[in-house]
Amino acid sequence: MKITKEISLGDVAARSEQLRGENMTLNMGPSHPATHGVLRLSLELDGDKVVKCDPVIGYLHRGDEKIAENMTYNQFVPYTDRLDYLAPLANNVAYALAVEKLAGLRLPPRCEAIRVLCCEMARISSHLLGIGVYAMDTGAWTVFMYTFNEREKLYTLFEELTGARFTTSYTRIGGVTRDLPEGWLKKVDAFCDGVLKTIDEVDKLLTRNGIFLERTEGIAPISKEMALAYGLTGPNLRASGGTFDLRKDKPYSGYEQYEFDVPVGTKGDCFDRYLVRMEELRQSVRIVRQVVKTMPGGAWYAEDAKKIFLPPKAKVMTKMEELIQNFMLVTEGPQMPAGEVYFEAENPKGALGFYVVSQGGGVPYRLRIRGPSFVSLSILPAIVPGNFLTDIASILGSLDFVMGECDR
Amino acid sequence: MDAATLLSRFPATQDLAGKDMPTFRVAGADLLAAVRFLRDEQGFDLLADLCGAEWPDRPTRFGVVLHLLSTAGKEYVRLHVDAVDDRVPSVAALHPGANWHEREAFDMFGIVFEGHPDPRRILMWDGYPFHPLRKDFPLAGIEVPLPAADVAAVTGQTVEPAPMMGGPFVSPGGKLSEGEPSALDQSWTEQHPKA
Repeated sequence: MKITKEISLGDVAARSEQLRGENMTLNMGPSHPATHGVLRLSLELDGDKVVKCDPVIGYLHRGDEKIAENMTYNQFVPYTDRLDYLAPLANNVAYALAVEKLAGLRLPPRCEAIRVLCCEMARISSHLLGIGVYAMDTGAWTVFMYTFNEREKLYTLFEELTGARFTTSYTRIGGVTRDLPEGWLKKVDAFCDGVLKTIDEVDKLLTRNGIFLERTEGIAPISKEMALAYGLTGPNLRASGGTFDLRKDKPYSGYEQYEFDVPVGTKGDCFDRYLVRMEELRQSVRIVRQVVKTMPGGAWYAEDAKKIFLPPKAKVMTKMEELIQNFMLVTEGPQMPAGEVYFEAENPKGALGFYVVSQGGGVPYRLRIRGPSFVSLSILPAIVPGNFLTDIASILGSLDFVMGECDR
Repeated sequence: MDAATLLSRFPATQDLAGKDMPTFRVAGADLLAAVRFLRDEQGFDLLADLCGAEWPDRPTRFGVVLHLLSTAGKEYVRLHVDAVDDRVPSVAALHPGANWHEREAFDMFGIVFEGHPDPRRILMWDGYPFHPLRKDFPLAGIEVPLPAADVAAVTGQTVEPAPMMGGPFVSPGGKLSEGEPSALDQSWTEQHPKA
């Protein structure tokens, strides 16, 4: 065999400029299984390394803020279901608390406890799904089946409580739609036993799983300073070492009565974000158990708030005063004082904020929704470049966002 | 929160006596310095929210509202900024998280953020002609050309207003009974469609 030319390393180095290809532009989404909804990433790739990432959002924009300006406060509750549609109960509670803060309304202890229970069960449901699909995106299909099984049980409990599995619309301004069903708390307690076993099982399947570690450890680390600068909240901030948790630091709805720990990560990489959510699941179960044990009796809505909460149906049918009250509330909406208020609640995805501006009456003048998913996604252009295309699935899964809340 | 220093260092600042948190109206010219002061000296390290709003009773039609959070001090502060000539300086250089919020405020209200690194629309598509959260924009929407020109050329489709009964609906503000969003033309129903 005749060797025509020997290629030396020097030749390759000299030709490296020629060997360099063009960057490729790739659209990921808006319909892609790893983007969890209608998120489009406009990527620039050098080989399979990402050079630039430009998220394109708005495919699910429904104009919720515009809609809110055209209806009474209670009529907007079903729209809050559709923000973070993986934790509708927590959205209902956050919205009701914001409007009640505007009204300066205090709620009876039973109502507060029911709402804490709702929030924590919503957190369990949301994290179960978040971890399940995160694992699926990184190649572990089984975990998804385990967590979805538990989530179905949770939805059956939600159905018994609110009448709907998915879009719960459970809160009203000044209370909730109905009291807890009889024997329901016992079922919640039994669910807690089961879900802890599943969490342990997921832990065994994932936490020391070589493939999962390879795909998440050290990927897209976010420093604490960077997380704060981008306004990240919730598990994404805490995985980066921030300790801020609204349930601890700005307690609402009686969270100060319950004992729980706030898990905090150190490196802020994809793996830490997974670990924080796993521990939050256990802490939520801990809170749920405490609420179940100490559920106070008494009223489950603000009885004295006659201009805000609907009177009981039996009285509407028999008493003149209540009939008028019911009519006024339905036609005019709950009466709010003029003013502005900003309230954030610690939702599964981060701090869900409502900025309500009222000019008095039953309709908000301006209702701004601060969605944690919107904020979580805004960090993508900073953390995705430099990673491989395949890492994007891990990064998106670890940020745990929902497009309904991002696009509103 | 040291309100006295903020007020003395920026004399144009007004204390609005907020009920739920300290609230100030800051002049647009002072905004960057005031946010930097709050971030570096007062510990307000997290921009919780930034949004636009349309005010009926102020000399400037639009304004921007910022909510800053101090994660160490566990308190919020609210800043109101009037958009003189619909312009407000961008705080994205101080809080990178403001980037998207400001894009949204531009998209929804048409407020221009001076010095913004990436002044594009964010929720609506590029080239959309309106700013939907303005009070004079009808709730159902306005017919506009389809963003995909090639699809529109073949199908002749447009982006139509929402199929509401009658319309147009305009955000009333104030009492519901006085400006309830109802159809202008009530003569047609789902059973008897409009001619």
